[in-house]
Amino acid sequence: MDYFFTEEQIMIRDLARQIAEERVVPVRAELDEKEEFPRDIMKVIAQADLFGLFVPEQYGGLGKGAVELCIAVEELSRACLGVSTSYAANALGTFPILLFGTDTQKNTYLPDIAAGKKLVAFGLTEANAGSDAAGIQTTAVKDGDDYILNGTKQWITNGSEAEIYTIIAMTDKAKGARGASAFIVEKGTPGFTFGKKEKKMGIRASVTCELVFDNCRVPKENILGKEGMGFIVAMKTLDQSRIGVGAQGLGVAQGAFEEAVKFAKTRIQFEKPIISFQAIQHMIADMAIEIEAARALIYSVARFIDSGAKDITKPSAMAKTFATDIGMKVTTNALQVMGGSGYMRDYPVEKMMRDAKILQIYEGTNQIQRNVICQNLIKEFSRMK
Amino acid sequence: MKIVVCIKQVPDTAEVKINPQTNTLMRDGVPSIINPYDLHAIEAAVAIKEVMDATVTVLTMGPPQAEVALRESIAMGADEAVLLSDRAFAGSDTWATAYTLSGALKKLGFDLIFCGKQAIDGDTAQVGPAMAEFLDIPHVAYVSKINSISDTVVEVRRMMDDGYDVVETSVPVLFTVVRELNQPRFASLKGKMRAKNAQIRKLTHADIELDEKDLGLSGSPTQVKNIFAPEMKKERVVFEGKPEEQVTELHNVLKSVKCI
Ligand SMILES: Cc1cc2nc3c(=O)[nH]c(=O)nc-3n(C[C@H](O)[C@H](O)[C@H](O)COP(=O)(O)OP(=O)(O)OC[C@H]3O[C@@H](n4cnc5c(N)ncnc54)[C@H](O)[C@@H]3O)c2cc1C
Ligand SMILES: Cc1cc2nc3c(=O)[nH]c(=O)nc-3n(C[C@H](O)[C@H](O)[C@H](O)COP(=O)(O)OP(=O)(O)OC[C@H]3O[C@@H](n4cnc5c(N)ncnc54)[C@H](O)[C@@H]3O)c2cc1C
Repeated sequence: MDYFFTEEQIMIRDLARQIAEERVVPVRAELDEKEEFPRDIMKVIAQADLFGLFVPEQYGGLGKGAVELCIAVEELSRACLGVSTSYAANALGTFPILLFGTDTQKNTYLPDIAAGKKLVAFGLTEANAGSDAAGIQTTAVKDGDDYILNGTKQWITNGSEAEIYTIIAMTDKAKGARGASAFIVEKGTPGFTFGKKEKKMGIRASVTCELVFDNCRVPKENILGKEGMGFIVAMKTLDQSRIGVGAQGLGVAQGAFEEAVKFAKTRIQFEKPIISFQAIQHMIADMAIEIEAARALIYSVARFIDSGAKDITKPSAMAKTFATDIGMKVTTNALQVMGGSGYMRDYPVEKMMRDAKILQIYEGTNQIQRNVICQNLIKEFSRMK
Repeated sequence: MKIVVCIKQVPDTAEVKINPQTNTLMRDGVPSIINPYDLHAIEAAVAIKEVMDATVTVLTMGPPQAEVALRESIAMGADEAVLLSDRAFAGSDTWATAYTLSGALKKLGFDLIFCGKQAIDGDTAQVGPAMAEFLDIPHVAYVSKINSISDTVVEVRRMMDDGYDVVETSVPVLFTVVRELNQPRFASLKGKMRAKNAQIRKLTHADIELDEKDLGLSGSPTQVKNIFAPEMKKERVVFEGKPEEQVTELHNVLKSVKCI
């Protein structure tokens, strides 16, 4: 199907695809096996200007929006979700600065981010605060011109590889959700170290790491927005970035689907290519339908976001949930079509299936997304009366 | 420092089929690409620009369609592009090509010239060194590493069959480069956008002040009489039968020629 991308959007797609095919596909199995962060690929992505896609031109970026980001993420995800997670988490970490940063903060950080010189990470989750983000216990206590941070963030993508961290911490526990604030913390700040590096089921090229704050002094100029706005920063950020997770689901589904069809055309059983069996044909047809539906939803929600729409929470939750559920389903079925071969590491689909699982979990589990969607529906319906 | 990269647009040989009757390349409908070795030359030049004050000009002699290759070079980071195109250049052999290009180079000015080691459609590896001769400057072929570079002196590695030479040369100089030198970058998005609207400077034989009789077919001493695939002199044997029998036979043959 034609999504009527502009000439520039096609340029972005072709470039991301070329990088994916020439630089990611040949090494993805090895990166997965060795659980190795793809530093060289990040450099290639930086040189191609892809880190600057959604950064305004005045800060050295290309000034594009959600559609372009989704295009790049889809193409990278078609090759490897570990790589695309490293890339997309950079956007996640950058949105707080884009959305809430002062001119000084933007001038300080965005040019290096756009150029891909510095990677970014976003730190919200803690051991006791996953879905219930309001339960975070990391504190930021005002002390003269600084805040002093204490606490541990868990499972932070790009942790240890990133230079810039946007961190949510409690400035006033008594105020509950209104007592959180967002900070920019740079790697190397005294009192800021890295803890456990996780061993994961999938996206093993992406690094997931603990951030440890032990009396870490952060200048008060590094606060994003105002004190008490931490959760607003976090929620608005996730509203923007979630569509990217949906694009990851779409990309990995597309990648697995292509492998399955190629396989089914050449695998002979009962003296026929297995693609001639109706059971296989129907699975392939369903995959194609699901992928197209996910793509249609992703790009229409992305366009809605780019239109400057105010309330994007529900559509972005819908796009994330649907496309990542499709990502899981299609990778599972693609593997099934490939039988025992699909289960082997000789083919990329077992990795795709392992990788796809994370998409239903991070940036808000799909259960939480459904909660959010229905909460919004309840509000909408009560307004209708 | 002014760097000029000489590139050639070639048919993508991965896509070329051979006409079985005439044994010649069937070029119709075959996509054109930048000669792969030249990508390494462009990368070398653009990488130098990142570490010192330099400009990169890309030069090609070819038909008007070669503009596509020049735009791709700009997308990779070249500053300007020059297309040397004229009917008078048609039928040039390596001598006439090198002569024509050197005429353009004199006009453009240069400190460093980079070329790929050879073009994949002709495979002569002659044009680079020949240009250096016409320009009366030193050249180093098969460069696999640039050890150091300043405005006046460059030290490089030259790949040899049995190792490498370390060569120090004064500037101006011409280098032809091999794949080992670097990994060519992808075009960047900003580069691609710039390339779309970039002005391509066009030069004809009149612009570079060369006499038509020294150009194209009339300036080419080479006469192509016939093109043919070299005859296969080696004997070929195809074993038949069950795999075990074939292996036994192969084993016997290898033994008889004392390979094992
Ligand atoms: C690989 C990886 C990378 C990550 N990267 C980052 C990062 O860069 N930055 C960051 O801040 N965080 C990151 N996270 C954290 C991620 O966002 C959380 O894992 C996620 O929000 C879910 O939290 P949890 O894992 O604690 O699950 P829990 O909240 O403990 O949930 C467990 C289960 O209960 C369900 N559940 C919980 N509450 C409800 C409810 N009210 N209604 C219905 N069901 C519910 C959930 O859906 C889930 O199925 C990452 C996680 C992983 C695994
Ligand atoms: C980890 C592992 C351990 C194993 N251990 C053993 C073992 O100990 N001993 C042993 O003998 N084997 C073993 N196997 C082989 C296993 O039994 C086969 O993988 C299985 O029978 C499927 O065959 P296949 O992988 O060749 O898939 P294929 O037969 O190629 O099937 C590919 C796809 O086509 C579908 N398909 C095929 N034919 C039809 C049809 N007519 N109609 C509809 N759909 C069709 C299949 O359902 C599947 O989705 C093992 C396999 C694995 C992966």
